[in-house]
Amino acid sequence: MKTATRTLLISGGRVIDPSSGIDRAMDVLLRDRRVAELVAPGVHETSAGEALDAKGLIVAPGFIDLHVHLREPGQTHKETIATGTAAAAAGGFTSVCAMPNTSPVNDSVEITRWMQASERGAVVRLFPIAAASVGSMSEKLTDFAALQNAGAVAVSDDGKPILGDKIMHDVLRLGARLNLPVVQHAEDSHRTGGCSMNLGPTSFRLGLRGMSNAAESDIVKRDIALAQQTGAHIHVAHISTSEAMEAVRQAKKAGIRATAEVTPHHFTLIDENVGGFDTHYKMNPPLRSSADRKAMIAGIEDGTIDAIATDHAPHAFHEKQVEFERASMGIIGLETALPIALTVLHHHFRLPLWRIVELLSSGPARVFGLQDRGTLAPGAHADVTIFDPNKKWTYRAANSRSKSRNTPYDGWSFTGKVMATIVGGQVVYRGD
Amino acid sequence: MKPHGRSLLGTDQLTVSEIETLLELARRMDPKRPPQFLRGKRVVLLFYEPSTRTRTSFEFAAKALGAATTLITANSSSIEKGESLIDTGWTVTSLGADVIVMRHPNSGAPYLLSRFIPVPIVNAGDGLHQHPSQALLDALTITNHKQRLKGLRVVIVGDIFHSRVARSNVLLLSKCGAQVVFCGPPDLAPDLSATIAPGVKVSHNLDHALQGADVVMSLRIQKERLAGKQIGLEDYICNFQITPQRMKLAKPDAIVMHPGPIVRGLELSNEVADGPQSCVHEQVANGVKTRMAILATVLKGAR
Repeated sequence: MKTATRTLLISGGRVIDPSSGIDRAMDVLLRDRRVAELVAPGVHETSAGEALDAKGLIVAPGFIDLHVHLREPGQTHKETIATGTAAAAAGGFTSVCAMPNTSPVNDSVEITRWMQASERGAVVRLFPIAAASVGSMSEKLTDFAALQNAGAVAVSDDGKPILGDKIMHDVLRLGARLNLPVVQHAEDSHRTGGCSMNLGPTSFRLGLRGMSNAAESDIVKRDIALAQQTGAHIHVAHISTSEAMEAVRQAKKAGIRATAEVTPHHFTLIDENVGGFDTHYKMNPPLRSSADRKAMIAGIEDGTIDAIATDHAPHAFHEKQVEFERASMGIIGLETALPIALTVLHHHFRLPLWRIVELLSSGPARVFGLQDRGTLAPGAHADVTIFDPNKKWTYRAANSRSKSRNTPYDGWSFTGKVMATIVGGQVVYRGD
Repeated sequence: MKPHGRSLLGTDQLTVSEIETLLELARRMDPKRPPQFLRGKRVVLLFYEPSTRTRTSFEFAAKALGAATTLITANSSSIEKGESLIDTGWTVTSLGADVIVMRHPNSGAPYLLSRFIPVPIVNAGDGLHQHPSQALLDALTITNHKQRLKGLRVVIVGDIFHSRVARSNVLLLSKCGAQVVFCGPPDLAPDLSATIAPGVKVSHNLDHALQGADVVMSLRIQKERLAGKQIGLEDYICNFQITPQRMKLAKPDAIVMHPGPIVRGLELSNEVADGPQSCVHEQVANGVKTRMAILATVLKGAR
């Protein structure tokens, strides 16, 4: 039985689609969950289906977040797949890649499938990242091929770095054979025990133990060397230090398959923000020095960075409103990513809009090889993000769609706002 | 005392004039014939970490001023049952505390409490971070001998990295115009420690550091913290123990201080600890007077 044809015409907007080099006024016609065509403004004036007026707005390929923690299964007091993806939709993300550090760890085909089941109520497309080792214990590799068949787009032991050279070599070799990206949270945790922020003048003044830049960059350098040996694709999660950025830059020049993502907080905030022991500034990797933040901006500008990823890490009040050293690491980030990118990168650092769109759509799609996503080419999935780059507004954590409120940006004023999010041709979020 | 209302959380938040006012008040305090400033007030001593002199000294100070005190420790209360710091703070507040004197193993814990609890908090030591009443009593001791802080060369010797006493002292002393030199092996006195305040210097050579010193402040060395470090116990004693020989490098009228507890034969030689330049007993006595001044100030105009 053939269902009725469904169309949605997005008219009057400025289309920015880095994957096809388009940046001009066009109308976008979506039909049957796919992009049907991009046409000159007004051509489809008499379209029979639904219409969405995008006058004065940017129409972009649906955003993809390579790094979120949706906390399901097992930690639903922090977030669920339903609430986390609702927050994603409100942030303009049409696809999110969920890290496996759930409870239990997503190291199995069963959990990978369970997360993608329609009963979870995902509002946007969810791509699981499976654990690289059983229980993320760095001992025995998971069944990469089976996990890949079940829908995993990458493997990672995020939060539990793979330190052993031998096992990391094995992970990368298997990843290379299956063309499955390996995502590493680069932290030499032997050197960061008891640390709750970046090592520097602020950590010394506050009497908090600090993580050195080398504890990140040494692992990144080691991983790049192993990726070169094995031909694997290493993806550096939430890069935060200038040394690691330089290592990725050189690896790319040498033709090694290394990619990197950066979070909005690492290009916006610095370790000095921890000054008042506010746990909303506690994350891992920690906020770094001003020089490191500048290196993040430089890496975004020169193409070393492939994607902006949020590392959305929801935690309940009682896990954050405790002594700094005892507080959970991480902040929510899905709803603030685009506003921060626009406010900081575009309006302050004059980064062109197409580059921001690239970092949020075609860039991340390329990193994990997500076919027909991150693009508005005809035939692509009808995932579209529409935003106003100039709208001024104030973010209120209390209004977040996430189950958690752990954000340092409560009350921040932003320039730039998501106005509509479309997943598979359906409007799943409308901004005001 | 800003920016946390009437709380005293760290020396970094005190202005020079607030420091001078506190020291002046402390000088006038006489624990034997005290003014009954705090009659009817309740002082809660909330101690998450063991302490002898700080706790006793706050207790004597509060009682001397006429206040009632009660001690809550981590292993004899609901804290052991998993009550959060904020909930404990509210409980104590609801019981009628007028001030909470707090010792905690985590840096910043009193800052957390002061954001949620409407009662003044006095930080009696938080992790590696601050110990403001110690720095104030040290300043009182120094000024009793030197009549000033400005221009003095103060050498702080030992485990700087793990010392809240060092942090509180350097922030107070440099604000008041003293020149502070941190001295210790690189593991314990990292070069990073010079960034804490303008003009602070770091030396890894005690003989150099002591040249021209007006004040030599030795810190406690916890033996377990030397484990895994490049420097061993004998090395430390050989290179960083304060001895009569080394004291000759300092000014003839230099004073020797130590926040206690002293490990004799490690940080200080016996001769120095008991010698004429030693002010360690005076420091303890000044502790009560200083804490009387702090409690009186914090509770001034309180409900």
